Amino acid sequence: MSKNPEFVKFDKVDKSYDGKVLVVKDLQLDIAEGEFITMLGPSGSGKTTCLMMLAGFETPTNGEILLDGNIISNIPPHKRGIGMVFQNYALFPHMTVYENLAFPLRVRKVEKDEIDKKVDKALSMVSLNGFESRMPAQLSGGQQQRVAVARALVFDPAVVLMDEPLGALDKNLRESMQYEIKHIHESIGVTVVYVTHDQSEALTMSNRIAVFNDGKVQQLSDPAELYEKPVNSFVAEFIGENNTFNGEVVDIDKDKCKVKLSNSEILANPISVKSKGEKTTVSLRPERALINPTDKMDNMFTGKIEEVIYHGDHTRVRLNLLGSSEFILKVPNSTSNLELKVSEDINIGWNSADARALDPK
Amino acid sequence: MSSETKQILTTDGIPLEVSLKKAEKKNKIKAFLLVAPLLLFLVITYVFPIGEMFSRSIDDKMITNMLPKTFKEMEKWDGKELPPEEVFAGFYYDYKALVEKQEHGKLGQRLNKEKNGFNSTTKRLFRNIKRKKIDESISIKEQMVKVHPNWNKVEYWQAIKRTAPPYTLAKYLKGMDMYYAPDGSVAQVDEDRRIHRILWLRTLEIAFFVTLFCFLMGYPIAHLLATLPMKYSNLLMICVLLPFWTSLLVRTASWMILLQQQGIVNDFFVMIGLVADDSRPEMMYNKVGTYVAMTQILLPFMVLPLYSVMKTISPSLMRAGKSLGGTPFVAFWKVYFPLTIPGIGAGCLLVFILAIGYYITPALVGGASGTLISNQIAFHMKQTLDWSFASAMGLMLLSGVLVIYWIYNKLVGVDNIKLG
Repeated sequence: MSKNPEFVKFDKVDKSYDGKVLVVKDLQLDIAEGEFITMLGPSGSGKTTCLMMLAGFETPTNGEILLDGNIISNIPPHKRGIGMVFQNYALFPHMTVYENLAFPLRVRKVEKDEIDKKVDKALSMVSLNGFESRMPAQLSGGQQQRVAVARALVFDPAVVLMDEPLGALDKNLRESMQYEIKHIHESIGVTVVYVTHDQSEALTMSNRIAVFNDGKVQQLSDPAELYEKPVNSFVAEFIGENNTFNGEVVDIDKDKCKVKLSNSEILANPISVKSKGEKTTVSLRPERALINPTDKMDNMFTGKIEEVIYHGDHTRVRLNLLGSSEFILKVPNSTSNLELKVSEDINIGWNSADARALDPK
Repeated sequence: MSSETKQILTTDGIPLEVSLKKAEKKNKIKAFLLVAPLLLFLVITYVFPIGEMFSRSIDDKMITNMLPKTFKEMEKWDGKELPPEEVFAGFYYDYKALVEKQEHGKLGQRLNKEKNGFNSTTKRLFRNIKRKKIDESISIKEQMVKVHPNWNKVEYWQAIKRTAPPYTLAKYLKGMDMYYAPDGSVAQVDEDRRIHRILWLRTLEIAFFVTLFCFLMGYPIAHLLATLPMKYSNLLMICVLLPFWTSLLVRTASWMILLQQQGIVNDFFVMIGLVADDSRPEMMYNKVGTYVAMTQILLPFMVLPLYSVMKTISPSLMRAGKSLGGTPFVAFWKVYFPLTIPGIGAGCLLVFILAIGYYITPALVGGASGTLISNQIAFHMKQTLDWSFASAMGLMLLSGVLVIYWIYNKLVGVDNIKLG
């Protein structure tokens, strides 16, 4: 079976609730069959609206949504065959776990034996066998969450939507559930569209991530590329930690540019700058800057340590560097650790390829 | 310092327990004193009147107190044949004492209710006593029989004997259109005089349909209230509550203006040609008026419990139902509706119980065919002054409500009621 690269397709979709503001602007997004795609963005960025349009609870103002080549804009939610996991689980409180899972099968008039089999299979998938006769209120948050996942999968939908399903769980449970959902996805190969505002969740689970801001997809790429090669300063800021320098391009060639800061110059990788005189924001990941660089790096500066914070696996060092006192360094806590003392001067270096000159903030 | 801790330790064990209990007791007394005024208020305004009502409804001491000697002698009488001389004498002396206190009329009336003809029978005895025609030295029995032949009939004596017990359930039987037959058994009144049973059934019927109408109209309103955005739902809530803030009489009176034959609704029907001007339907002083007015007045009692329950139902549940493949109706019927049952239970129980004892509205717009049992109770309180009968019916109504509550508890469970 060849995978359809356009299994779900948003084709020039606009959405406005009040006719004045577009919540989603000209969205063009293809989701491949069996893919785990995450819509990531701050609240109000339009990601949940996209999910609701796909589920059928909202209609696009403009454009079409296609599922496996068919336009579904006019199909009511119950005929779309899309499973959904809601933020607050939305388990039916008056039904047992079994009845909750059997609901989508019963409305499809599945035979009783078949229902039993499928419910059993779905429950074993989330390792909740034996909980059939419990009421949702008798389950813990994580268990309810797993029941919700099982219920969204039990009728073998082509696509499963998840709307911040882990938002209500505590940190440890959230992390273990992330892996669990990822493994379920891998084992049954269903297409998952996942909405979250938690970037680490998105990076952990997804095949691809669509970063939403202001009703638009800012970047659509796999987690590594998203983190390593953000295409604009919003993505660079939103995903992971980031050191930024605001300045002006004074010299540019193919893969290097010189950016003039308030009182110094740095070399950077020109991503979204084209010519001299452009304003730019240079973004550098904290772990890409090294203390006392041994090999020749093309950016070498000296900064004063302002603050040292111990984080267990690494130490965060805040430096006063190039006129900014917000420069962050992440130093792994290895055995050959350096003595870092506040108000000492240290040498810092990084490669210009890691310093991405993006659009100005 | 250390000696102090030691002292506390020595008072530990039993002394600590005692002091804890003491402290708790103080708190308990404080808490009780806080609720005491309400408790007292409830006892005075609720428990006491109901007790009073109950004792009044079964009270039959009047004759017992009036004829002490008679009843004492009657204890030996088997009640099958004409009583012996002693009973006659007892009655005679009792009656004579009443004549002196001028209370003989009451006895005549009361006995007349038991057996027709007693009034004239006792009156003749009264006249003979006044004229001192009775010779107390010879057989009183023979003289009384001579005064009125009714004294020679065993039924009249049986009627007196029936009034002997200080308590009676006669009023309750009357409320069910039944009475004690002369032989002491329970009998039904003639079919054309069974007004109370009709009233009971009508009360149940009207209460049932008013509840049904309130439910049918209140459910969508409550749903709308629970799902509309705040600024609209507040406005709608005011519309629902507005009747609450208007006097019951004003509301009923406005229904009278609307529903009467020359009223606004009829005018409108004539205007749009629905009915002819000379055949305007009667919408008031019958059941229709009672239904319409009571449904409107009791509607908030249905809407509010429903609303408060629906407010707690997350809208994502309906969405989940739909996304799992249920049609909107299935999602509503299988998911939403079962979750509103506590509210439905509370609303229906509230409306039904209020409707079953409703008084003012049916009295004003109900006419003859739209009045309820409470109107009958009021009638006996104010017109016939038969308070014991009114009390009996009131208690029957109360126990009816309790029975309904019990049935409801068995069916749905009172724990499932949610008022908010």
